[in-house]
Amino acid sequence: MSLTVSLPSVLSRLADGSRSLSASGTTVGEAVADVTRRFPSLTTRLVDENGQPYPFVTFYLNDEDIRFNGGFTASVRDGDELTIVSAVAGG
Amino acid sequence: MTASLLAPAGERATDQRPLFSARPLVCENCGARFGAEPSAICLTCLGPLVPEYDPTRSLPSYGEIATRPKSLWRYREWLPFDGTPTLSPDSGFTPLVEAPELARRIGVGRLWIKNDAVSHPTLSFKDRVVSTAINAAHAFGLGVVGCASTGNLANAVAAHAARAGLDAWIFIPFDLEPAKVLATSIFAPKLVRVRGTYDDVNRLCAQVADSFGWGLVNVNLRAYYGEGSKTMAFEIIEQLGWRAPSAVVAPMAGGALVTKLHRGFNEFASAGLFDGKIPRLYGGQAAGCSPIVRLVERGSGRIEPQIPSTIARSLAIGNPADGLTAARGIAETGGWAAAVSDADLIAGIRLLAETTGIFAETAGGVTLAAAVQLANSGQLGPDDEVVLCITGNGLKTLDPLVNVIPEAPIIPPKLSAVSALADSNSTPS
Repeated sequence: MSLTVSLPSVLSRLADGSRSLSASGTTVGEAVADVTRRFPSLTTRLVDENGQPYPFVTFYLNDEDIRFNGGFTASVRDGDELTIVSAVAGG
Repeated sequence: MTASLLAPAGERATDQRPLFSARPLVCENCGARFGAEPSAICLTCLGPLVPEYDPTRSLPSYGEIATRPKSLWRYREWLPFDGTPTLSPDSGFTPLVEAPELARRIGVGRLWIKNDAVSHPTLSFKDRVVSTAINAAHAFGLGVVGCASTGNLANAVAAHAARAGLDAWIFIPFDLEPAKVLATSIFAPKLVRVRGTYDDVNRLCAQVADSFGWGLVNVNLRAYYGEGSKTMAFEIIEQLGWRAPSAVVAPMAGGALVTKLHRGFNEFASAGLFDGKIPRLYGGQAAGCSPIVRLVERGSGRIEPQIPSTIARSLAIGNPADGLTAARGIAETGGWAAAVSDADLIAGIRLLAETTGIFAETAGGVTLAAAVQLANSGQLGPDDEVVLCITGNGLKTLDPLVNVIPEAPIIPPKLSAVSALADSNSTPS
């Protein structure tokens, strides 16, 4: 499956300045792994030491928080959009 | 010739170069330091930034604070600016009202209401945080401010921006209470209703702040914005005669208020402005949106987001950014948290009104009902001196009370009709 990954500016500097990347995988976790394989500096800012989503970012698959659909195990389909946003906002 | 009332204004407050500057920032998570800037995220670890204060700065005495104007700026040494901010000079210093009958009903020793329902100018505690955020925007030369809001913040950003002559972009869930929408629109901001929950609005605003050069007060100005909430703690200490209550109960949405109350009490204790213990902090949420309460109950771990379902719209944040720090503050002070039903929060609004003459919005009903629940479970008791933080005005959330409060009778203009009513009500003469 091929999907688009959008990064906030604070993370794009770790991806050669790209705000939008293509990635592949059958789950969000696999897509994130594909991104971090190409941009290893992103690893510790997307994945924590237990392999879970890094707590200071929130992942949205097609506008829905992935925590409502199994986190990194959430399934993806061709053409999906994965948006990564800083968790430090609002209130 | 008569000038139109709607003619363009002359020089705006923000056209003048500010004579003050914002404090530099430090990451709460990793300690990395940054200059003053409209950013709330650590470039190193993505953790939250907070203002860094000079520990050697000169601090005022009780007496010196007492001579200052009665606004939140009387505590300016604990607010994130060097020099004297010029915008929004008169918010804060709301009444602290003792409520003996309510104390008796709840079963605590003494009880006070910190009444931000009468906050200037928009009748909620959000006037505090917008006062600091809008001065940060001015210090950074930003011409546009904005926010993601459940309603009260929308009111406050729109009003404070109007007074300062700043453009405002305000994003709210599409189905907010009509009073909160109108009370924002009246200030003529760019008001945008987003088809989604507050959490959807918040995500959008994180992207907006990242893409436009605007100062979104609870996104990229968040480090400065949050500091305004500390002033509620400062005022409680001063208004009690420079002493602390034993417990404080506050509503929780994003968790920032409890987090900053904790910080504020600690800062005044460190400054020697009161003796004794930091108050136990208690948080209330509606049962239909209670991710922080659940984290407090679990005792550890992360926030588990929820999809809100409650009439307490101002607290309907399912993914609270400060939930973890709020839960830590509650745990560190020996407090607890309570989730209350919508029926109980309505009862709480009525109990507050009938015993104190204060009309709170739904969040205030949550605070009241949480206090009742906490007293019933033994968390609060007869030895306690308790402050309840009422953060918004009931006139903003009338809808849930329709069909709950009995309708007034309609009578002909005849004395006999009043006599009949008086007889039926057995009203004492």
